[in-house]
Amino acid sequence: MASLDDLKKRIASVKSTQKITKAMKMVAAAKLKRAQDSAEKGRPYSEKMNNIILNLSEGISDKENAPKLLSGTGKDQIHLCVVMTSDRGLCGGFNSNIIKKAKSYFSRLSSEGKELKIITVGSKGNDQLKRIFGDKIIENISFKNSKNANFFDAEKVSKIIIERFQKEEFDICTIFFNQFKNVITQIPQAQQIIPLKTDIDDKEKSEDNYEFEPDEDEILTNLLPKNISTQIFKAMLENSASEQGARMSAMDNATRNAGEMVDKLTIEYNRSRQAAITKELIEIISGAESL
Amino acid sequence: MSEEFKLEVVNPEKSFLSKEDVTEVVVPAFEGEMGILKDHISIISFLKPGIIKIYSKLGEEKYYVEDGIIEFKNNNLSILTSSIFNINDIEKNKIDEMLRVAEEEIAKDNISDQAKYLIDQKIEVLRTIN
Repeated sequence: MASLDDLKKRIASVKSTQKITKAMKMVAAAKLKRAQDSAEKGRPYSEKMNNIILNLSEGISDKENAPKLLSGTGKDQIHLCVVMTSDRGLCGGFNSNIIKKAKSYFSRLSSEGKELKIITVGSKGNDQLKRIFGDKIIENISFKNSKNANFFDAEKVSKIIIERFQKEEFDICTIFFNQFKNVITQIPQAQQIIPLKTDIDDKEKSEDNYEFEPDEDEILTNLLPKNISTQIFKAMLENSASEQGARMSAMDNATRNAGEMVDKLTIEYNRSRQAAITKELIEIISGAESL
Repeated sequence: MSEEFKLEVVNPEKSFLSKEDVTEVVVPAFEGEMGILKDHISIISFLKPGIIKIYSKLGEEKYYVEDGIIEFKNNNLSILTSSIFNINDIEKNKIDEMLRVAEEEIAKDNISDQAKYLIDQKIEVLRTIN
């Protein structure tokens, strides 16, 4: 059995760990509030954008000559996967969930004989993927310096993607991120952004025709890159809310576990203290008896 | 019959402005300024740098935008833009800064004609509000 001194030290160390996890939980909770807020506020923009694009792509007259960003290259040989993770750890299964989802997608692609290229956003994803898929990663983007997800960063990412698309480096682009459902649940998502998937519900189809100024094609060519930025920005917002949520629940668990551990150690400490006292008493008594 | 319609201005971060009672909105559309009244035909258009004027019972409001898309449908006007400021709130040194950046950009020779045109517009508008 460990000595009393050792136990005392361990209790103290677990307690200070508990203090740290508790503080981290509080910080995550405060940040979560903000991230959740901005994720919710950001939704109307991306929804509206999506709507307009849907209406536009329906109205487009010449489907053959539609912009490539909408219709794709006509092939699906080379896949670009943008894996969006966080830059910081200690957030439970947040990063590994995205990675898991991405990895299963990757293995499906390779079993189908497709070529794979990866862009990682956020350093944690890069760390986890570079061991197995290191040769597939063509770019690693990290926004360690920006405090919150902002549109400017999203535009940077989309610029890189679009540039590569125009050089015909890939045919299909999918982004991986965690969708924020609530504090405990984040759902890893795979969303295809190039070519754009237009899954139109029939009931939402608008009946009336729009007037376009300038014409549809020009609007679409201008709008599609914007839409990609918007989708990436949405993913970033969802991700940051998810990250804080995941961190909060992970830290909550850690704090609780630390509490349990302190209890257990305290019992052990008290027992061994008692044992030592009993032992001493026995020694004294048996010494007095022998006189 | 009322002559009012709904206006919503959203930027990526949040819903910037939402009004139920606007009577007229003038937007700097790509092919010239466009005034929108109630029962305008459904339209989708682009914005170039310029001033959005919003008229309601309470008077007139002016906003500076750099880019954006507008959609008008069923008397709902949505303006999506990533850069919008109320002209009254914007600080003078910020305008100066933006003007400086724009002038630097236009001095580069590797930009396309369209980009050049847009920046030209931007400089002009910034000068007028300055």
